[in-house]
Amino acid sequence: MPEQFVWGMEVFLNGLMAGVLYALVALGFVLIYKASGIFNYAQGVMALFAALTLVGIMEGQVPFSHLINAVLGTEIHHFGWHVPAVLAILFTMAVMVLLAWAVNQFVFRHLVNQEPIILFMATIGLAYFLEGFGDMMWGSDIKNLDVGLPQGINTSIDEFTYQIFDYGFFIDNLDLFATAIAAALVFSLVVFAQYSKQGRAMRAVADDHQAALSVGISLNFIWVMVWSLAGFVALVAGIMWGTKSGVQFSLSLIALKALPVLMLGGFTSIPGAIVGGLIIGVGEKLFEFSFGQMLGGATENWFAYVLALIFLVFRPQGLFGEKIIERV
Amino acid sequence: MKKTIFGTAVAAVMAAAPALADLTIVDTSYRTGPYAANGIPFSDGYQDYFTLLNQRDGGIGGEMINLVECETGYNTEKGVECYESTKGEDALVYQPLSTGITYQLIPKATADGIPLHTMGYGRTSAKNGKVFEWVFNYPANYWDGASHAVTHIVEENDGDISDKTIALVYHNSAYGKEPIRTLEGLSEKHGFDLTLLPVDHPGQEQKSQWLQIRREKPDYVIMWGWGVMNQVAIQEAVNIRYPMENFIGVWWSGSENDVKPAGERADGYKALTFHNIGSDYPVYDDIQKHVVETGNAAGAGDQIGSVLYNRGMYAAMLAAEAIKTAQEMHGTSAINAAQMRDGMENLEMTEEKMAALGLPNFGPEFKVSCENHGGNGFGAVSQWNAEAGEFELITEYFQSDQDVLAPLVEEDSKAFAEENGIEMRCN
Repeated sequence: MPEQFVWGMEVFLNGLMAGVLYALVALGFVLIYKASGIFNYAQGVMALFAALTLVGIMEGQVPFSHLINAVLGTEIHHFGWHVPAVLAILFTMAVMVLLAWAVNQFVFRHLVNQEPIILFMATIGLAYFLEGFGDMMWGSDIKNLDVGLPQGINTSIDEFTYQIFDYGFFIDNLDLFATAIAAALVFSLVVFAQYSKQGRAMRAVADDHQAALSVGISLNFIWVMVWSLAGFVALVAGIMWGTKSGVQFSLSLIALKALPVLMLGGFTSIPGAIVGGLIIGVGEKLFEFSFGQMLGGATENWFAYVLALIFLVFRPQGLFGEKIIERV
Repeated sequence: MKKTIFGTAVAAVMAAAPALADLTIVDTSYRTGPYAANGIPFSDGYQDYFTLLNQRDGGIGGEMINLVECETGYNTEKGVECYESTKGEDALVYQPLSTGITYQLIPKATADGIPLHTMGYGRTSAKNGKVFEWVFNYPANYWDGASHAVTHIVEENDGDISDKTIALVYHNSAYGKEPIRTLEGLSEKHGFDLTLLPVDHPGQEQKSQWLQIRREKPDYVIMWGWGVMNQVAIQEAVNIRYPMENFIGVWWSGSENDVKPAGERADGYKALTFHNIGSDYPVYDDIQKHVVETGNAAGAGDQIGSVLYNRGMYAAMLAAEAIKTAQEMHGTSAINAAQMRDGMENLEMTEEKMAALGLPNFGPEFKVSCENHGGNGFGAVSQWNAEAGEFELITEYFQSDQDVLAPLVEEDSKAFAEENGIEMRCN
């Protein structure tokens, strides 16, 4: 088998894995947009905030310690304990639910019936506030995140492919794990949205706020629930990306990777986020592999958007987005 | 009662002597944003050294130092705003700590007559003092760094690397592209193959580049990264089991922040440096006693001795020594920016001087002159010891390849002079 083809297969598989990681970020956007029509600019910062909170809880860090020490003249930084990863994840989820409640209570409840652009601007404000708040709460140093996820080359795949192709494929164990988590997450979200009472209420709100209100669905509850779910998805994305690079403020920029995925998969489809992520991941990696050297390299960022734009021209609502028909 | 309160307030202001001092130093720091983790230790080191001089020695030559901090967020526009808003305070020197900000400030600072010190970053050809009167980049610049990496590889291979391949993984920006020209020149001289692998900002996703490295198996990888790009690259190198001792980062890819996320497997990673490592120096005892214990430290005191804290402290020490030189030259303690420039241009760092300052063998010896604003181009290689949790210097300071670099500096600076109608000085 030609060497280039074998290498291309390895790139293809790694593209799929990268796509899953992009899709994890995109999922959070989809959930909020689907239920409230808000494009949540703060989704990347939510992933950062969730990961910072998780590490802070695991390490027993005192929140706002710099502020406390500056005001009270104390020297406290740590509680002196370490919290197991599973327990810390549960505590972090509680914090994200609290954040969801606060966001709804103090921001979006007051913006009901406002233009989408106003809601979008509010999420920009939220993003910057949350970034500063996270910095003040947990500090801006780079934090190691180790919740016990496997990392490094998967030796079984390496050996297996070596026997077949005389070349061992590189697949990162963390990416494999992320794929399994993402699959489980999408399955759970789809089942939740289709078959649970709250999920059906969420879909009703997404279809028509007024009609949902008229049958007794609480908009406040649904929005808090959806922001909590988005917070959970942000936590999962934060764990995966934070394990790779350490938890640091650049983590909020992973949102940039989700935008072409959303353009391609559609803003309202959970499976669309996954399929979009896979297409973007594979597309950008194969393009870099095939034409990167010829074009001077570093093509992935812009090619992802080109790919999304091509799809957009032929299907503006994205692959799985709902077609908007307005009758006059 | 009102008079008492007013009197107390005036006394309090008077007691805060540095606010009324004559030697103003601006710290254009970045304590927020994606690069804060690197900006904080540098700024802490920079400020703590000046605070030490104020607390222990009563300033420099009897003049207290007025430290003004301005947050840039590592953003070029904000950096320029900082410069514009603080230059009126009679700032003696700016240390922008960003190549982007430096490029914007070169024409402004030149017009305003305020020196820039761009230590290990900025415009490399500013080394030529005949063209860049107000810009200094001692003790080393990017091109020196590229040469240091190659010289180290040459020495490891008994002088012959003609059959070797070196890959450059670089931040796809003006900063990351700086070493390419030098490496191409060195490739011609030594006969090694050079592969260029750009990584787009911010560098969170580098799978393609590291799959290519895994396929092509270059003998050495040199990295020109910053921020999250460094951590991800080192993690990816670990993942593909690239030999860490053959992976060399520039000094901006060589702090504890960069290696710690990869854990023990980052052991052996190398990074260039132009100053020494650790906190085993007499000056740190003084910083502890006069700055940290008196509650005057710029930060929480937890960064002392880290690579970037040391770099910030070293930058402050060089600025302080230039102030002393200027004071001696002009016979006045209250120097201005033009006199500071003279001090920088006549700065000479010797081992004797560093030992007297409590920093023996902390940096290379060098001498600045009218023609040479970049020092002698000495640097060293450090290596990460994961078990000890610290970088260790593994070479002596050695000089960059001036045969290759000097013509490049000359060519680039002359082109700049012609474009901007600058008349050569130092005749």
